[in-house]
Amino acid sequence: MCNQTVSLVAAELERQGISTVTLMLLRRVAEEVRPPRALFVPFPHGYPLDYPNDPPRQHEVIEAALRLLEDPAAKPPVLADYTPE
Amino acid sequence: MATFDELSVPVRMFLKGYRWRRIDPVPWAPLRKPLSASRLALISSAGWVLPGQEPFARTLAGGDGSFREIPADTDLSILIDAHKSQSFDHEGMHRDPNLAFPLDRARELVERGRIGGLNHRHLSFMGSITAPGRLVRDHAPEAALLLVEDGVDVALLVPV
Repeated sequence: MCNQTVSLVAAELERQGISTVTLMLLRRVAEEVRPPRALFVPFPHGYPLDYPNDPPRQHEVIEAALRLLEDPAAKPPVLADYTPE
Repeated sequence: MATFDELSVPVRMFLKGYRWRRIDPVPWAPLRKPLSASRLALISSAGWVLPGQEPFARTLAGGDGSFREIPADTDLSILIDAHKSQSFDHEGMHRDPNLAFPLDRARELVERGRIGGLNHRHLSFMGSITAPGRLVRDHAPEAALLLVEDGVDVALLVPV
């Protein structure tokens, strides 16, 4: 339900002109709900940025999300996969 | 990887017939300026509250769609987990709140010049919302209005 909640909030922000990127833990929910820009992360529930206390990994995930914002060719809905290095 | 199979049997049974709220049409706000000149807000659904803030309602039918404001200078160690869900492991975000609300990472991005600045407030929701009508009608527009008034350009949203 968390995945749907943030997706619906993201949609409202986009309607009001704020660019958003949403991490998603469940790909199926991303496909059903369709947040405007989503990065699917292959981590367990409760761990959207992977293991705790791992700033480099957290930065890696956030950077992948930020890049979605910068893609001028992107069209909604965007659903990309994060692949851990 | 998160899967439906990790969830309890009652939750899986509920989700089997659940109709997800499809966003249609999908709104689109392209980036208006470089990220290095943009103001960022974080939005978490991890149910964080500050000491003294009202906890999220645990028994409200359909879920509590309200949100709490988390000031940008908050020390993450004081955040309180008020999320009612037992469908995810809370231990990780207790050990490191950045896992579900990466405020320290966002500060570092500003220091590095990757992001222009952080908004003075960020938003915390509790994601266990099975009937999102009030969220869509009231709370999400209220949140968007606040962030528009703040001059926020971009938002990163993090579920748990």
